[in-house]
Amino acid sequence: MNTVALAPLCVAILFLAAAVTFTLSHRVRLQRLVSLVALVTVLSLEATLVVSAWDGEPQAVLLANWPAPFGITMVVDQLSSLLLVVSSIISLAVLIFASGQDIADNDHEVPISVFYPTYLLLLAGVSNAFLAGDLFNLYVGFEILLMASYVLITMNANTPRIRSGTTYVVVSVVSSILFLTAIGFIYASVGTVNMADLSLKLQTLPLGTQLQLHLMLLIAFGIKAAVFPLSLWLPDSYPTAPAPVTAVFAGLLTKVGVYAIIRTETLLFPGGALDGLLSVVAILTLIVGILGALAQGDIKRMLSFILISHIGYMIWGIALNNQLGMTTVVFYIAHHIVIQTGLFLVVALIERRGGSANVERLGGMLKVAPWLAVLYFIPAINLGGIPPFSGFIGKVGLLQASVEANTGMAYAMSGVGVLVSLLTLLALTRVWNKVFWRSATKAEKPTKVILRAEHDATAKGKNQLDRHDHKPIPVSMVASTVGLVAVGTSITFFAAPLFQLAEHASDNLMHPDRYIESVLGPQTPTREDYLGEFLDQQNAVDNEDASNDGEVVTE
Amino acid sequence: MAIDLSLILVMGVMYGVGVYLVLDRTMTRVMLGLLLLTNATNLLIFHAGGPAGLAPIFNKDIAAGDYSDPLPQALVLTSIVISFAVTALMLGLIYRAWVLSHGDEIKDDAEDRKVATKPSYDPEEDTPASTDSSEFDGDEQTREREFKIKEEKRKSSSLESQKTTARIAKDSSDIAGQKEHA
Repeated sequence: MNTVALAPLCVAILFLAAAVTFTLSHRVRLQRLVSLVALVTVLSLEATLVVSAWDGEPQAVLLANWPAPFGITMVVDQLSSLLLVVSSIISLAVLIFASGQDIADNDHEVPISVFYPTYLLLLAGVSNAFLAGDLFNLYVGFEILLMASYVLITMNANTPRIRSGTTYVVVSVVSSILFLTAIGFIYASVGTVNMADLSLKLQTLPLGTQLQLHLMLLIAFGIKAAVFPLSLWLPDSYPTAPAPVTAVFAGLLTKVGVYAIIRTETLLFPGGALDGLLSVVAILTLIVGILGALAQGDIKRMLSFILISHIGYMIWGIALNNQLGMTTVVFYIAHHIVIQTGLFLVVALIERRGGSANVERLGGMLKVAPWLAVLYFIPAINLGGIPPFSGFIGKVGLLQASVEANTGMAYAMSGVGVLVSLLTLLALTRVWNKVFWRSATKAEKPTKVILRAEHDATAKGKNQLDRHDHKPIPVSMVASTVGLVAVGTSITFFAAPLFQLAEHASDNLMHPDRYIESVLGPQTPTREDYLGEFLDQQNAVDNEDASNDGEVVTE
Repeated sequence: MAIDLSLILVMGVMYGVGVYLVLDRTMTRVMLGLLLLTNATNLLIFHAGGPAGLAPIFNKDIAAGDYSDPLPQALVLTSIVISFAVTALMLGLIYRAWVLSHGDEIKDDAEDRKVATKPSYDPEEDTPASTDSSEFDGDEQTREREFKIKEEKRKSSSLESQKTTARIAKDSSDIAGQKEHA
């Protein structure tokens, strides 16, 4: 059964649910139920999308049946459907986690509960961006998810949240303005915003113009993906947000930027004109990110820096510009979304149990909460790239692709990539040593909660001091975290089918003509033929009109 | 293609002033700067549609080239709505910041400052690791002696840990007492 025609529902259901939850502002339980039902429905719909798109060509959905370059198009291929499913899985886990926290804290400070509608809007924006078949719809998707994220990041606004929220809002708005300007320039130069149509027409522009448009798009998406010189906003703004919000942002939002970069590099400007630049940027992102992580005392900030560093791995794969590289990037994104979100949830649990997320204030958690130690350890070594976990598989794929590319830059990136993998492990095990391994009495400024808890765990029943003064940790929070960590670990076991899907995805990505044909119809010329025809016409005009100044269109 | 020079100039000035304002530290100016930048971009997209023509209402007697291009106007409309929402949110943030701290300036990140002032020497990580000799080194008597010393040390340290426990217990009961007192 082919359900691709239902793809727009992935966005529409979430919008509808957001509207419904907004009207139910005083009935938090009903809000929770509606959000849960909507997310589960969307997840199952997206799972069928993956099945329908498994090994075929991209399939386009024309909204209201308007023909392609004029109406709004949505395109379902392996990349978009896989990302949709992965994002729904983690957002479902985070939703359950957030509901649990909400119930446990019994937080009635917020006058109308804005969390659920805004969260659903965020996911609608993300889904819209993944499905968008034209550049302006991609922009609208970005704006929807950004507006929702502004609200989420400043929820229960206190002074630090206002501060970090302002940084986030200003940087995001500037990147949106850059994106919009790029769209303006693109429309002025080729007169269309449909991505398939653009793929045909952009190549007819003078090379300088192409380069400028390409760069503008990359900068706009680079800010969103937190690629090094444009990443400085991320560790400032993510960690202060409420824990579930940080988790979902870290997992999803940067990946939407990476997704847009992939589309730019494979569909709009294939040929890799800026691969050299991307390689340098990948190296810098990897190194600067991880060095930042090593200096941090706050675990959430450290994870934010690791997040930046690992965006470098994805840019590495994109910069290689070969099929294996692209396959691994697709695999790596799926792996990274799940693992990074899982780790942030675990840290949120550590913070609840120990009273702080700062390594200087924690210790002895191995005795206090051994289950937390396991929950932290598995995704941590997965992220660090220890075999047999999926992080290792992704990195091996990137190394193989680099050898296949066989350029100096590719080898340089491999060297840095391996080093960064080691440093990631160092940063994560340092946290492990301090938070779980050492005694709380040895911490620099241990919290009272952790001192008492450690004492109780060691004393085993004699003179208990614990007055249960840490925030309660309900089953739903633990269950959702365990679930997400389990999904992250199962990527290792299902790596073969996932890699196969990623291979189909990259096969389609490396052949943009298939995408174009699916959107514009079977009679569309290939990119090469289109450029040839264009050049012939140009020559004919040149010959006809001798007074033509004979501008060289392409070299 | 005829382009309205005055509009281009206005757009340039808006971009310039916008960038200048965004670089400021006060939130209100940043907000005004972003407002100018988005509107300058709107003008840019407006120009992307080419010269002005007839209103794009279909009439079969009019050639397609005589209409204005409606698409950029639709894009501008969308982006106006978005910038309106962003401005409203920024105003909310500014108001909230004013209520909380009576300030409009964006402060440095406290955690950033902390990392920046952190000494490069970390006693826990940077002291050389103590060399732990194997239990089976040397002759039996020395080992015996070392074992006894270790035992004594262990006893004294366990005494100390009991003291710490007592101290923590006292601390927490103090806190509880204070709470009850309060």
